Amino acid sequence: MKTELAQYRKEELLRILTIMQTIRAFEEKAGMMYGLRKIGGFCHLYTGQEAVAAGAIFSLDLSKDYVVTAYRDHGHAIACGMDPKKAMAELFGKVTGCSHGKGGSMHLFDLEHHFMGGNGIVGAQIPVAAGVAFAQQYQGTGGVTLCFFGDGAFHQGSVHETFNLAKIWNLPIVFIIENNQWGMGTNWKKVSAVDDFSATAGAYGMKGYSCDGLDVLEVRATIEKAVSEARLGRPSVVEARTYRYKGHSMSDPQKYRTREEIDEYRKRDAIQSFVTKLTGEKILSEEEWKDMIQRISAQIEEAVAFAEESPEPALSELYTDIYA
Amino acid sequence: MPELTYREALNRAMDEEMARDEKVFLIGEEVGEYDGAYKVSRGLLAKYGPKRVRDTPISELGFTGLGVGAAIAGLRPVVEWMTHNFALLAVDQVVNNAAKLRQMSGGQISVPIVFRGPNGPAEFLAAQHSQSLGGFWMHVPGLKVVAPATPSDAYGLLKSAIRDDNPVVMLEAELMYPWKGEVSEQEFLVPIGKARIAREGEDVTLITYSKPIRMVEEAAERLAEKGVRAEVIDLRSLRPLDEETVVHSVRKTGRCVVIDEAWPMASPGVTVAQLVNSRCFDVLDAPVELVSGEDVPMPYNHTLELAAQPSVEKVIAAVGRVLYREDL
Repeated sequence: MKTELAQYRKEELLRILTIMQTIRAFEEKAGMMYGLRKIGGFCHLYTGQEAVAAGAIFSLDLSKDYVVTAYRDHGHAIACGMDPKKAMAELFGKVTGCSHGKGGSMHLFDLEHHFMGGNGIVGAQIPVAAGVAFAQQYQGTGGVTLCFFGDGAFHQGSVHETFNLAKIWNLPIVFIIENNQWGMGTNWKKVSAVDDFSATAGAYGMKGYSCDGLDVLEVRATIEKAVSEARLGRPSVVEARTYRYKGHSMSDPQKYRTREEIDEYRKRDAIQSFVTKLTGEKILSEEEWKDMIQRISAQIEEAVAFAEESPEPALSELYTDIYA
Repeated sequence: MPELTYREALNRAMDEEMARDEKVFLIGEEVGEYDGAYKVSRGLLAKYGPKRVRDTPISELGFTGLGVGAAIAGLRPVVEWMTHNFALLAVDQVVNNAAKLRQMSGGQISVPIVFRGPNGPAEFLAAQHSQSLGGFWMHVPGLKVVAPATPSDAYGLLKSAIRDDNPVVMLEAELMYPWKGEVSEQEFLVPIGKARIAREGEDVTLITYSKPIRMVEEAAERLAEKGVRAEVIDLRSLRPLDEETVVHSVRKTGRCVVIDEAWPMASPGVTVAQLVNSRCFDVLDAPVELVSGEDVPMPYNHTLELAAQPSVEKVIAAVGRVLYREDL
């Protein structure tokens, strides 16, 4: 254990923890705000999966790298550096939101931090991500694109088409399958012909990696390796096995799984395990951890206040932002 | 002025824009080594190399979506669809991504991309290869749609489309590629959203776009022989639609026939007819007539195939109805 943590600087470890906890606090607050009807429509929470976005995106250099994901996007946006105020205001549909209140929960975008959404059609962002990688290669930026999608999206034809394109052109891309095990209410084992998504990479001449998506440092190490390969023109596929605590979206009664299953995974909670590791190694004290929770909680409260106080978009905004 | 074919005009436009801007690249099935399924990209691979003229697998969803991603990351892709029929596999990428990313990101992202290829019936190609699908694209806010009917407009509109910062869908046609017409040697652009008066007249306005233009011009010629002076409007762009040119003409003639080779339900033709009804109702001397493709999948048999499309005879008959003349 000591050797694992010893590879990292303390600040780096605390930064990763901060990102994970910020996502957790943001999502818990978003769930509450949804209950209060401050947020409407589809709202897909990332609670439980924090280690994947936090660990993966931490491996990037966002001055040149890009991130593309689907609609369970709050965590990736925050991990890329989006101000939680802008994210919360977007969930509230306010004009101060990152997308001026036009995108909502599913369509967070932050061009400045190279976060390209926030895409609502299952699997449709996958070829788009390859296009971003194509542009990086074409312009010789040295950048890499991380393309996130879920176990549900894996069965779309876009996966086959894009894996093939990525390999024939050796695009600088890493495909990350966040296998949270439930595609809406359908267990992945029921609908998948393979029991290891990363194994399919071999069929396209790419490397496949598996990692424990509840172990943030394992995610970090795996993605770091995949990203450095991608920079050399070797795309790859990573499966991160994880678990979502909440329903598919806020309206999901979750009759398809048991309370016990969720509790089992909560015992392995990614944040708690990481904190236990850090405190065990005396990198983090109980006191510091409590302080961090408080600080982040205050930051999220601020984000809610900002969203609350922000104005609605004017009706004249209806026709803006459509054509360049 | 030198004559070019429609195909050569498109080729010249792409060639000039690729020479002008390193960010422009062409991607699609058979665009490179094969020189284009319809030879529109002839010579471009040899001139610009495989980085900028990119042959793809048969993977419409994949390479269309990849084009969208390249556009949002700073390039200017020209995506060639072998035909619009095959683009149906990529509709999601155009409708849900290209047309939406700017608005969903609150204006942070722009999507400067051109999707182009032949559209509409050719000959003997049967149901799956003979569809006029412009209405699918025209329906969608966030897209622009152009449908040039002459080599000069094909050149000028493609150049405008490539320089536009929005997604532009271009409707061409297999049977138009060999059409010849004058194209100025001087570089020029044709603005998106401006119709063209193809022929001036006082008695009736005939409105069309894309390939039916020649048939409609022939109908106008035949009508002239019978003393009917028809004005012919070539829309050139379906979105944005040049409402002013249409309204101005119909306010002059008081009678209108719309000719559209698409099916009649929810089509570009009915959109134009509705525009005329709402903005010219007070001056119309007859209900607007629509001459559309028949409401059937295209049959292979040539006689049936021709019967399923607008024709000179159908246009003249419709003009007879709006002029209340049985002698035409």
